[in-house]
Amino acid sequence: MSIQSNIHLKVKVYWPLIKSLQTGLLLMTGFTGFISSSCPVMNWRMTLGLLGSLFLTVSGSTILNMVYDRDIDSRMKRTVHRPLPSGQINANEALLLGLTVSLLGLGWAYILMPLYALVVFGGLFIDVVIYTIWLKRRTAWSIVWGGISGGMPILAGRVLGTGRIDDIGLLFMLAILLWIPTHILTFSMRYNEDYQRAGVPTFPSQYGIVPTRLIIALSSVGAALAIGVGIYALGLSWGYLRLLAVLTSGLLGLAIVSIFRPSEKINFGLFKYASVFMLGSMIMVVIGAMP
Amino acid sequence: MKKVTVPDRLLFVLTIILASYLIVKGFSGFTETETTLLSIAMGVLVIAGLLLLLFGFEILENKAVVVVATITPLSLSLSLIVAYLPQFSLIYWVLVMAGFFAILFTRYFSSNKVAAMVLAPVHGIAGLIIFLLPVVFSLNGQAPSRFALVGVGGALFGIGGLLLAFLKSGKPLLSKETIFSILPALLVITTACFVLGF
Repeated sequence: MSIQSNIHLKVKVYWPLIKSLQTGLLLMTGFTGFISSSCPVMNWRMTLGLLGSLFLTVSGSTILNMVYDRDIDSRMKRTVHRPLPSGQINANEALLLGLTVSLLGLGWAYILMPLYALVVFGGLFIDVVIYTIWLKRRTAWSIVWGGISGGMPILAGRVLGTGRIDDIGLLFMLAILLWIPTHILTFSMRYNEDYQRAGVPTFPSQYGIVPTRLIIALSSVGAALAIGVGIYALGLSWGYLRLLAVLTSGLLGLAIVSIFRPSEKINFGLFKYASVFMLGSMIMVVIGAMP
Repeated sequence: MKKVTVPDRLLFVLTIILASYLIVKGFSGFTETETTLLSIAMGVLVIAGLLLLLFGFEILENKAVVVVATITPLSLSLSLIVAYLPQFSLIYWVLVMAGFFAILFTRYFSSNKVAAMVLAPVHGIAGLIIFLLPVVFSLNGQAPSRFALVGVGGALFGIGGLLLAFLKSGKPLLSKETIFSILPALLVITTACFVLGF
């Protein structure tokens, strides 16, 4: 086998370790936070630095999570075919890769700005140590910490653009934190049996389906409010708030339907809509804040 | 049930982008109330595009979708009346509210036939207003000539609404497959007409 095809094979096996869609969405939030500070868009050094350092640290933390959770993954139908539980990749090799990629990302972040690096490190630490290693197997409330770590990239992007931690950055982080339950809880309802088999506590298994759906509806409203206040504070035109109101009404409508007329299809539709909602909100901030 | 194809998806995405653009850009020459009504109308198009994208054509079987879909013609026609024929605002507000609640009630508490009998005139009146008012006002010179495109969009939207309403009542004008095949293109052309017209 040629070296080229060997590398191609390696990349093909390792690529799923970084959950490219999730990483892409987090990069998008980081970019949004950066652009929201009205930094010159064509500042390529900072933009590439932001995207590169975030890509490495987010990917690194995802790989480390995958390494730690490989026993859980091997007990769940949805994840049993992932590279680590299926034995395609050696755990030590993946651990080394995760640590290297994370450190490279953090180093790059430090070169860009120490405060930015601190926020990025905060996200990585909360995600890997507090969420995955400490709380995920103990309490369903671990998703709050998962949400905080998920909100770190947008805060980090904002910090890189403004040079400080400000109210708008914290609002955007809060929006992601409140959006995470809609995303994760609809997912954990869909794969409830899987999570129970793996012994991971979730809201549906600990508190039941109806309270979980209620939390999803409330957190959707909270996320939309936080984004709305953030957009208002940024001084974007009313048109963006009108569009946000439209997207929110769709999210809320689906959340309400999922409470009163629950079905698997509605539940998964809500999961997908929540992703579209967040992506749409980020695009709005990016376009609206561009100088 | 027809599956949503890749071209269908692209057309839905385009509809969402166009309607979203119009909501963000705003409607020049319209007051705050009129802008709110027009945003609601375009917002329903955004939501419709998203739901079709996420759930496929099956979503059109849902009773709630029929009710929500009436919001676009009602809200659009109401904004036009308020803006161009303010002397009829009050009576039309009453008509719109009565029509909406009648559709809501009959959709859930009566037969398909009765529901269609209520839906058709309400849609019909709103559709005629959306079609005729912009055309007449732009021909008279009381509005810019491009405003006539709103009428064209209204007519296309009305055709789509009628096709779906008759399909729902069990007496389809075209086969379900044909309707679902032309619906994505109809939606995007309608929205493009609104964007150019406003």
